[in-house]
Amino acid sequence: TPVLADPLGLGRDALPEEIAAWDVDVMPDGTGLPEGSGDVMTGEEVFLEKCAACHGDFAEGLGNWPPLAGGEDTLDRKDPVKTVGSYWPHLSTVWDYVNRSMPFGQAQLLTPDETYAITAYILYSNYLVEEDFVLSRENFSEIAMPNAEGFIIDDRSDAEYPLFTVEACMQDCKESVEITMHASVIDVTPGEAADEEEASPASNEEEPAVDP
Amino acid sequence: MSKSVPTSRRGILRAGLAAGALLPAASLSARAQGGPDPLITEVQDWASYTGEGVDETPYGLPIHFEADVIRRNVPWLTADPISSINFTPIHALDGTITPAGCAFERHHSGAIELAKPDYRLMINGLVDRPLVFTYADLERFPRHSGVYFCECAANSGMEWAGAQLNGSQYTHGMIHNMEYVGVSLKTLLDEAGIQPEGKWLYVEGADASSNGRSIPLEKALDDCMIAFKANGEALRKEHGYPVRLIVPGWEGNLWVKWLRRIEVTSGPVESREETSKYTDTLDNGISRKWTWVMDAKSVVTAPSPQSPIQHGKGPLVITGLAWSGRGVITRVDVSTDGGKNWQTARLAAPGQRMAMTRFWLEHDWNGEEMLLQSRAIDETGYVQPTKEALRDIRGENSVYHNNGIQTWWVREDGSAENVEVS
Repeated sequence: TPVLADPLGLGRDALPEEIAAWDVDVMPDGTGLPEGSGDVMTGEEVFLEKCAACHGDFAEGLGNWPPLAGGEDTLDRKDPVKTVGSYWPHLSTVWDYVNRSMPFGQAQLLTPDETYAITAYILYSNYLVEEDFVLSRENFSEIAMPNAEGFIIDDRSDAEYPLFTVEACMQDCKESVEITMHASVIDVTPGEAADEEEASPASNEEEPAVDP
Repeated sequence: MSKSVPTSRRGILRAGLAAGALLPAASLSARAQGGPDPLITEVQDWASYTGEGVDETPYGLPIHFEADVIRRNVPWLTADPISSINFTPIHALDGTITPAGCAFERHHSGAIELAKPDYRLMINGLVDRPLVFTYADLERFPRHSGVYFCECAANSGMEWAGAQLNGSQYTHGMIHNMEYVGVSLKTLLDEAGIQPEGKWLYVEGADASSNGRSIPLEKALDDCMIAFKANGEALRKEHGYPVRLIVPGWEGNLWVKWLRRIEVTSGPVESREETSKYTDTLDNGISRKWTWVMDAKSVVTAPSPQSPIQHGKGPLVITGLAWSGRGVITRVDVSTDGGKNWQTARLAAPGQRMAMTRFWLEHDWNGEEMLLQSRAIDETGYVQPTKEALRDIRGENSVYHNNGIQTWWVREDGSAENVEVS
């Protein structure tokens, strides 16, 4: 591996306009937010026009499309409902992701004011602000997300690693072995022509098992 | 015999492929009667006529007999096929290198088409010189290479609550292993000059999803690289053409494709892909974040539900793959009785750091049912845990990072099913 002490002089200086065009990420403390503002009612209009076809009129999610609201107090239950309100730790992520990557299939077409308004509407849909709320760069960091304290940094080195580094048993490791669960899906078998169309989980159609 | 050959050969030619396909059966029945094998005793077309010329296929695909060795999708997993996943046919592969044409895909806004002349890479943030590179610039840097596995954080995620999908392609196929050539990230960052306050990188792609993620600078300077070649050729479109990020041993989501920007920051951005997604919820409702490393894992790829035993009793090759994001795979054990007893398998080659390792176990199968398992051990002493051991700590809602031991129930007829055992 070459380790270079001196630059090779490749590339050129990035211009301020270029950096401004591509560097639009927003940090948890609001750094990176542009000037602008939007209120809940404007957000509702924009949301109904540009977002509700997938996410529902009330941000509740349609079909397999992600719900953005609801799911309060479900994180410690079976099949938790993870939404902006129930799960997301930072409001900055909402603004950043909507601004950069939504609507799905027509990303990066929202104005800053529209993104502020949509973000305000998502907060309202999660009962986190009143209907006359106006979100702006100035009051952005005052919004507390319900699950802000719900995350810990990867603790596998303490919680798992010591348990899984003991010497592995090789012989007579358990008394008996029983099958406790079978694959519940009628799955594809290579060579069967109807594979692709018919592969579906009989018991699980109303919700995806995982979002990879 | 020789007199009859021309007639039968013309007959086969007229009947086309269908007649040709019957030959093995005829051969088997002749052999069953103790007679000579006509595939040997009769001159076959391919031993008489010519094959295709060298100008037939400027860039070839696998022979059509291998048409089932393809990526497969499970439509119900995601809302639509644009932000979705497909699966590498690991049940049918051997060795360790994944052919790029059937190596899994995971996109969040589809596989984009980005030409080299249109490609730009920006380095900005806490650097001395914010820079823009063209693709041609990148090819002028000193090269760096390595073989690494890229495993989706969600690989085996559908199996958290129990056995669900029936085949190693589906349970373990969100993975590929390629030989990459490109430029080390350290070399690129040296060109811009990192300022002392710079502690993290934020990396994002050129696609609409951007897939932005934060990476601590220590990892970036250690072994990360940008790649423009994989398995000898340019990256496939669906794998990030013309440039992607390689993050050895870490979850696939960090391997940003169509990489367009590297920002040196003082802290993590906490983007969507490291808050809403790629965080792992525990039983108590608290979620782990920044679970970057992929722990040691393995799977028997054959026999498996998609690769049943079809040859009857006797010698059987049990084979599979093992890998660890913490380093080198040093050992793989295989059990045929659901984990009561284990034998150490043979590694096809010494384990390579953060790369897939092939294992084989030669077995004399007596036709009895088997509960096949494999257990990977890496150089840090980490032993791949059972799914129960993982669930005891995490519960069933982690979504990501399921590296639990897989069990295949092989029946007396050689067919196999995805099961869980006590």
